[in-house]
Amino acid sequence: MTTPIYMDYSATTPVDARVAKKMMQYLTMDGDFGNPASNSHYYGWQADEAVKKARQQVADLIGADAKEIVWTSGATESNNLAIKGIAHFYHKKGKHIITLKTEHKAVLDTCRQLEREGYEVDYLDPMPNGLLDINVLKATMREDTILVSIMHVNNEIGVIQDIETIGNLCRENKVFFHVDAAQSAGKVAIDLSKLPVDLMSFSAHKIYGPKGMGALYVQRKPRIRLEAQMHGGGHERGMRSGTLATHQIVGMGEAFAIANAEMVEENKRIRALRDRLLAGFDGMEEVVINGDMDARIPGNLNISFNYVEGESLMMAINEIAVSSGSACTSASLEPSYVLRALGLSDELAHSSIRFTIGRYTTEQDVDKAIALVREKVQKLRDLSPLWDMFKEGIDISKVEWAAH
Amino acid sequence: MAYGEKVMDHYENPRNVGVLDKDAKNVGTGMVGAPACGDVMRLQIQVNDDGVIEEAKFKTYGCGSAIASSSLLTEWVKGKTLDEASEIKNTDIAEELALPPVKVHCSVLAEDAIKAAINDIKSKA
Repeated sequence: MTTPIYMDYSATTPVDARVAKKMMQYLTMDGDFGNPASNSHYYGWQADEAVKKARQQVADLIGADAKEIVWTSGATESNNLAIKGIAHFYHKKGKHIITLKTEHKAVLDTCRQLEREGYEVDYLDPMPNGLLDINVLKATMREDTILVSIMHVNNEIGVIQDIETIGNLCRENKVFFHVDAAQSAGKVAIDLSKLPVDLMSFSAHKIYGPKGMGALYVQRKPRIRLEAQMHGGGHERGMRSGTLATHQIVGMGEAFAIANAEMVEENKRIRALRDRLLAGFDGMEEVVINGDMDARIPGNLNISFNYVEGESLMMAINEIAVSSGSACTSASLEPSYVLRALGLSDELAHSSIRFTIGRYTTEQDVDKAIALVREKVQKLRDLSPLWDMFKEGIDISKVEWAAH
Repeated sequence: MAYGEKVMDHYENPRNVGVLDKDAKNVGTGMVGAPACGDVMRLQIQVNDDGVIEEAKFKTYGCGSAIASSSLLTEWVKGKTLDEASEIKNTDIAEELALPPVKVHCSVLAEDAIKAAINDIKSKA
């Protein structure tokens, strides 16, 4: 069996072989397997050295101090720790939180939990291009607002929020600012020594590191306090207990170091591939790009082929692995809430395909994807009663459908 | 989601794709579902003078299971009287195609489509 071409790099990335090689040195008896907290012997010291180095590698990519990095199990945990940690520690200051409707579920669901605990949360609508209107945020801020949480890059549509402008507004209003950067680290330059950001979440597996590993940046000057969500041995300055997973940490560090060294060149290459993919769809009718095309990471193309249902298209192009905003791909039978928040009609949301291109994508892969999509979209449109209606000039939004 | 063999067969080689003259007296059209829900089926049947379905055509917007359900249905209804066709149950379709629970609504839609097509033809009589 030939495996499909991977074009789902925003879901996860393969671990870079250089990263995997490093990680394997921290597992076995002949490696540095020690507990980094064992400060009384050689094995612990070796592991602690490795963790220190990785902490510096992560900090270097994002312009932070190594002491500002807290290891976690991934961006979901980082988001939980940041949002609940701030809310619980500073609840006397206020109980109002602002976020965006297109955030990852790890942010939205955490906010829902805080609502159950008595906090108030505003979920802002983005503009139709996916970006936050700063005036909307300004108008939503209150005396008792304690936290704004806005993602840097959206996982579905790849748009990049202007976190500098948002952060400045937060600073003026003395509101903490958390950024989920799971999809941006290694793709967008981040310099936390200059950016007005208090907390930032990272994931390793989105940037060619291992799954189950992440970090939270917690600013030290001025010092941000958090209530721990995981209690135990007081690791990570009490903010996150649990024995450090040396090999995972080393993997994340190495992945961040590689990104630091190669990001500029890699972005150029990936952008050229993405543009080639988009150009390949030139001349197709009823094709809509979802999300802003300028403020967007190089590797993302989220596109709707109207009158074709996304899941059946994915099935038709199963020689490439992509994802869709179609309801049928989720358990809920609801189409993508991100695309709906942009104001897309249900049918356009159902018709969306997300291509995400990465380190191992080739020109041949892109050309194959173009040919397949062009062929199969035509095939499915020939099968689509909606396409017939569109061709007859019937406005589908005006038809009364029997919902089911 | 991995699909069963029969779904894949109907999806890759759909039977009886096409359109019949919806204004003809002996053609019944059933259009069910909604774009917002991610599936729309149009099933058309043509009956001969003996009241037997001699031709069936479909077009479907939807997932693989929806396309396969409607394709299978066109095969099944051919040669049946309207009464016989109206007895086709969604559970028969779901069973034949081995649809997983989350896809059973596709077979329900197919049952609705044949019922709607039969009603349409009866309303023309």
